[in-house]
Amino acid sequence: MLDTATIKKDFPIFESSPALAYLDSASTSQTPLLGLTAMDEYYTKYRANIHRGVYELSEIATDKYEQARETLARFLSAESEEIVFTSGSTLASNMLVYSLEKTLPLEKGDEIVTTIMEHHSNLIPLQELASRRGLTLKHIPLTEDVDLDYEKARELITSKTKIISVTLASNVLGTINDIKRLSELAKEAGAILIVDAAQAVGHMPISVRELGCDFLFFSGHKMCGPTGIGVLYGKKERLASLKPSLFGGSMVERVDTHTAEFASTVARFEAGTQNIAGAIGLAAAIEYLSRIGLSNIEHHVRDVTEYALSQLRSIKGVTLYCAGDPRKNAGIVSFLVEGIHPHDVAEIFSRGQVAVRSGHHCAQPLMGALGVTALVRASFYLYNSKEDVDKLVLGIKKAQSIFA
Amino acid sequence: MDEELYKQNILDHYKHPHGKGVLVDFDIKERGRNASCGDDLTLYIKFDQEHKVRDVAFEGEGCAISIAAASMLTETIKGKTAKELALISPGDIYNMLGIPISPGRVNCALLAYKALNDSIKTME
Repeated sequence: MLDTATIKKDFPIFESSPALAYLDSASTSQTPLLGLTAMDEYYTKYRANIHRGVYELSEIATDKYEQARETLARFLSAESEEIVFTSGSTLASNMLVYSLEKTLPLEKGDEIVTTIMEHHSNLIPLQELASRRGLTLKHIPLTEDVDLDYEKARELITSKTKIISVTLASNVLGTINDIKRLSELAKEAGAILIVDAAQAVGHMPISVRELGCDFLFFSGHKMCGPTGIGVLYGKKERLASLKPSLFGGSMVERVDTHTAEFASTVARFEAGTQNIAGAIGLAAAIEYLSRIGLSNIEHHVRDVTEYALSQLRSIKGVTLYCAGDPRKNAGIVSFLVEGIHPHDVAEIFSRGQVAVRSGHHCAQPLMGALGVTALVRASFYLYNSKEDVDKLVLGIKKAQSIFA
Repeated sequence: MDEELYKQNILDHYKHPHGKGVLVDFDIKERGRNASCGDDLTLYIKFDQEHKVRDVAFEGEGCAISIAAASMLTETIKGKTAKELALISPGDIYNMLGIPISPGRVNCALLAYKALNDSIKTME
């Protein structure tokens, strides 16, 4: 286990709210001082636009921004020309789908394969693409123990499959998916494999080479980075032929009155002034997480999750809706308390300074598959301890006594 | 604080809601949904010959606040004319609930009210 008392000192929020049991990192995580300082430095010491000015401040800002790209590349075992900064997962997912639509030879009747556990940000752009181009969208279902049904995946992925888009970890179930296995199926089918890593990144070491994916995206704010910054990774060969779908300044080679030629580098996907401070803050967050060690964080979250699972299993009236094996769970425990709506559970928790999420978690098709309308979700990260879980348990008991 | 939000009155309405059910013969059937939490409720109203609410019912799922508010609303609108229904405001709902409603729970408190309000607009 990590020493959470020490770790909490790195996060100013716990100085402002010492009693806070923050169990909503799957929604957005907290920010370490290191990241805040890095962004502050940009704004106070060298703020300027990048890739434009010939003066010193602009050169410093450009260097820092490009260093952030290199940090991200190392973090993912990628190369810096494979890293595109975006505003987050949602933009990455949308612009990637538009770009693929312009780049791939898609024909009516071609297929997209995704899963029933996707976040709306990954799912809806695929739905829209399917409806624009007459493609068939298929969903890999769940097994009884809320794992992906890989046997069904094998049946669903065919030679007609052009795109496979799958989350690395479910934001509701915590389930960590076997991307390598899907990557093999993608290769056999000749399909492009997209991975939504929003819930997994910063929780475990990730190597895009090992995963064998073509594209991968995530948001910075779920991994101790600031809001408004994210990354789209694209394998070099794929990115080279990918057409841009957002247009504006900084992404062009030449523009005349009616046409434009686009940059040959990743700049092609970074139209307009980017979130410079955000990229710098995200790189600082990675530096912070790397100092603690991604494997250490993974093991710590696993221990807290294991404790939470065992505690919640022992409470009568609590039903779990998440991966029951902590080794296959990215630190998310979703549940229902019998006879009490998740909104009421969350409200009673909040009175005990326990922050959780309640609702459909932007995964309505999954809610339908589970046969529920809403769930309470507790999610764990490096600053959470078993004491936080104890507060959660107390909250459940309090809710049960109020509603008894 | 718990006593304030989940006082007995609210819990009683939640556990034994008034007007829970469906009307087969209705003049108004309006669905209300809370996009953030998935709460889903349908309100039914039947007017009598004097255009006053003769019968009202709701069905659906929701949290204690939304169900209690719907239950209280069904009690209060009986005998009212459509014009009188149009005069009901969110403030009336908060007064009926009699508890402080935080910004995060406004949509819960007003779920049934919004269905009522939408249905009256379509009538006009």
